[in-house]
Amino acid sequence: MKKLALAGLMAVLTLGVLLVSKSPVSEANPAPAPDNALLINAAGATFPYPIYSKWFDEYHKMHPNVQINYQSIGSGGGIQQLHAGTVDFGASDMPLKDELLQKLNLNIVQFPTVLGAVMPTYNIPGVTAELKFTPEALAGIYLGKITKWNDPAITGPNPGVHFPANDIVVVHRSDGSGTTFVWTDYLSKISPEWKSRVGSNTSVNWPVGLGGKGNEGVAGIVKQQPNSIGYVELIYALQNHLPYGTVKNSSGNFIKANLQTVTAAAAAAAEEMQKDVRVSITDPPGRNAYPICSFTYLLIPKKIPDPQKGKAIKGFLEWMMTNGQGMVESLNYARLPKAVVAIEQRSLSQVQ
Amino acid sequence: MNGIMLTLTGVCALIAVSVLMFILGYLVWNGGRYLTWTFLTHLPAPVGETGGGMANAIVGSGKLLLIAALTGVPVGFMGGVYLSEFGGKTFPFMVRYTADLLNGVPSIVMGIFAFTVVVLPMGHFSALAGGMALGAMLIPIVVRSTEEFLRAVPLTLREGALALGANKWKTVATVVIPAGFQGIATGILLSLARVAGETAPLLFTSFNNQYWSSGFNQPTASLPYMIYIYAISPYDDWHRQAWAAGFILLALVLAANIGARLILSRGIRVARG
Amino acid sequence: MASTSVVLNSGTRPPSGGRVHAFLARLKRGDEIAHLITLIFAACIFALTAGLVFELWRNSALPRHQFGWHFLVTSVWDPVFDNYGAAPFIYGTIVTSALALFLAMPLGVGAAIFLAELAPKGVSNGLTFVIELLAAVPSVIFGVLGIFILVPIVRTDIEPFLHKTLGFLPLFQGPIYGVGFLAAGLVLTIMVVPFIISISREVLLAVPPEQREAALALGATKWESTWKVVVPYARTGIAGSIFLALARALGETMAVTMVIGNDPKISASLFAPGYSIAAVIANEFTEATGSLYRESLIELGLVLFVVTIIINALARLLVLTTTRRGTAHA
Repeated sequence: MKKLALAGLMAVLTLGVLLVSKSPVSEANPAPAPDNALLINAAGATFPYPIYSKWFDEYHKMHPNVQINYQSIGSGGGIQQLHAGTVDFGASDMPLKDELLQKLNLNIVQFPTVLGAVMPTYNIPGVTAELKFTPEALAGIYLGKITKWNDPAITGPNPGVHFPANDIVVVHRSDGSGTTFVWTDYLSKISPEWKSRVGSNTSVNWPVGLGGKGNEGVAGIVKQQPNSIGYVELIYALQNHLPYGTVKNSSGNFIKANLQTVTAAAAAAAEEMQKDVRVSITDPPGRNAYPICSFTYLLIPKKIPDPQKGKAIKGFLEWMMTNGQGMVESLNYARLPKAVVAIEQRSLSQVQ
Repeated sequence: MNGIMLTLTGVCALIAVSVLMFILGYLVWNGGRYLTWTFLTHLPAPVGETGGGMANAIVGSGKLLLIAALTGVPVGFMGGVYLSEFGGKTFPFMVRYTADLLNGVPSIVMGIFAFTVVVLPMGHFSALAGGMALGAMLIPIVVRSTEEFLRAVPLTLREGALALGANKWKTVATVVIPAGFQGIATGILLSLARVAGETAPLLFTSFNNQYWSSGFNQPTASLPYMIYIYAISPYDDWHRQAWAAGFILLALVLAANIGARLILSRGIRVARG
Repeated sequence: MASTSVVLNSGTRPPSGGRVHAFLARLKRGDEIAHLITLIFAACIFALTAGLVFELWRNSALPRHQFGWHFLVTSVWDPVFDNYGAAPFIYGTIVTSALALFLAMPLGVGAAIFLAELAPKGVSNGLTFVIELLAAVPSVIFGVLGIFILVPIVRTDIEPFLHKTLGFLPLFQGPIYGVGFLAAGLVLTIMVVPFIISISREVLLAVPPEQREAALALGATKWESTWKVVVPYARTGIAGSIFLALARALGETMAVTMVIGNDPKISASLFAPGYSIAAVIANEFTEATGSLYRESLIELGLVLFVVTIIINALARLLVLTTTRRGTAHA
């Protein structure tokens, strides 16, 4: 009996040891990592997670010794973990202002990587049409003032759509999120009440709603929850076949988020970006500009202590600005404007 | 009245049992369905793409348990030996009581603790930090089970050894511990099974990693963490993988529990016979 | 196993030559060293607990100084303006746990009575084993089942039904989400029932048989003897099991995080989404920007720690007193 117990315990432990010793190489893996594999840890935004995940995967295939482990814990998490020094670099959709950089004592370069759009996505049983949202309707819903789907503020721009009289289930992020920053930045611009009551940041004090973790979590809840509305990056709605609405821009047109309308939104900012790449492009001018867009940024420390890591990170950045840009449209992000790439290539030298 | 109330108590027991049966059945049906060879042997696919697996998370969980066992079991075991063999009165009572309280500490709080004492000084997330958080959770369980099984060793055995001229510590090491070993090992197995499914202490200690993590100094994927993030995601393929991972985790945990029970009940039968 | 049974107990002590001599003799034989080594390991448990308290205390200094006791009663959780209050999380934690106990108590005690008093021994042992397995199911798995099975049922059946029948109570009003206090309470119920059953059953089994026999001899029915004699006799221990379940429910993280809705609001309705202490730490700890934000989360951890420790301490004492009394009588 004793032996049986001993054998059981030993089996568990040996299994553990075996697994551990075996772990770096797996025969089933297409690209086994060589022994000198360099693991770079990064964390942050979920908004660009699909493209980052793709990029890091491709880059790893081309450079089998470089593994970039990116965890989409939200932009707030990216900033915080970079501050705590637990990751090699971070990612955020909210560009960090000087004030915050000073407060956190961060010495970094911020690289825009792609352009993306945040759109209202919904799950209303019986409604399959593409809905039109006015800024007032979105602010009203998220302030908790519009509580039913058949509210005139929603039905007005959508004649012919039959809305149920159900309560609106508002979904927002539970984590610190750049997507939230973009969304609340937009709401602050179009609604004075939102600006004074809630404000804009990676996490805010939500007047109403359910919290989901990450773009993934919000899309997950909207998919599960009838009568819900949430805000996610475009690709999350597309990948999950969730309907999403058009939003009325500053010129009064209802615009659907896509590559052209997102690129149009960035057009006006190109000039400003010569001075500082940290721009907000929500509620932009332009007839065809989609109003809720953002650049998303990689936060790279100016001094990377490990020279090997530094070299690998710079290598990746260079690739990302050139060949990497070729992959973004397949995931419905918009490419960086050429002028912005030129700025970034210059600032690459600041990273040591 | 008599009959009604008695039936009601039976109904209560039935409900409790059927809930477990339902959970088991559902996971076996739903998780087993999605369990594929690819799932067991591949790394996770990039987000939104179907395919890929959790090979690194399965190995990662194994690593975390190994660290947990290496850090938690020695302390728990020796502490248990102390309580059962060397303790006096007041101090052991306090140790025992503290162990029980420690056992009740919410796992998320253990996670904060491991973050502040391991992750922050080390400067990064690591399998080591996660394993130590789990190890800290092991200690009180192992202490109590070790003590219990050592106490169950008949007094006559100890007296016999002492009478033959052995020292106390020799008696403990060569007679008492071997006699209680089967129970102690079972207790350790059970405690490992319990922490294997813990997610909360790993969120900010071992973190996650979509690649293999080599050594113990890097963040690592683990089954519970993957189940969590896959389940709250919107992707159907990830949901399927979450079920499959849940099935594996549950199968391991329940196998350990059932195995432990079998070992113990057979042991008791032998002792009785 | 028990083959060596020489009965001789004198002679193991060293010949009397003063305590110092005896000590030296034992030291030579290694007993004191063995004692000391094991003692050090045992003391590790204190060190661990003390370290835990110290770290939580040290790392929550900022909010403790800035907000003081107001932290516990303020209901704003606002990272934009760096203003933090724990009230919605404390409320959510208490409501979900209370709901879980309300449902788990009758279910658990009822099942324990059945297993201890009525079921044949074999059946009782078998069922108890199955129920104890339920306690071993990892909480993240309860969370997955919660999201995909329980929440849809709560949304389409349970909440509409409660709204229709008991809708006059503020508890069952308001919009129906599926996720929220009710869903979290139900998941917790399933998770804590096994604890109540297995400990209550043990406590009931420890009640001396004379108690039952006396009642039955006086003409009581089986139920009367159980409810009026056995259960009261074991009530402290049963209460202990309920407290243990409570401590477990308060600290439960993953399953609650996945179904509570993650919204820091205090609402009277059980249908409303809420937040619990453990859930907010799980969601926001890695991304809390700024020291005050993170330390506020750690202070929440401290609050949770203190509350569960107190409840656990009480529970252990209660269980201890009854099982002791029971065995002493028997």
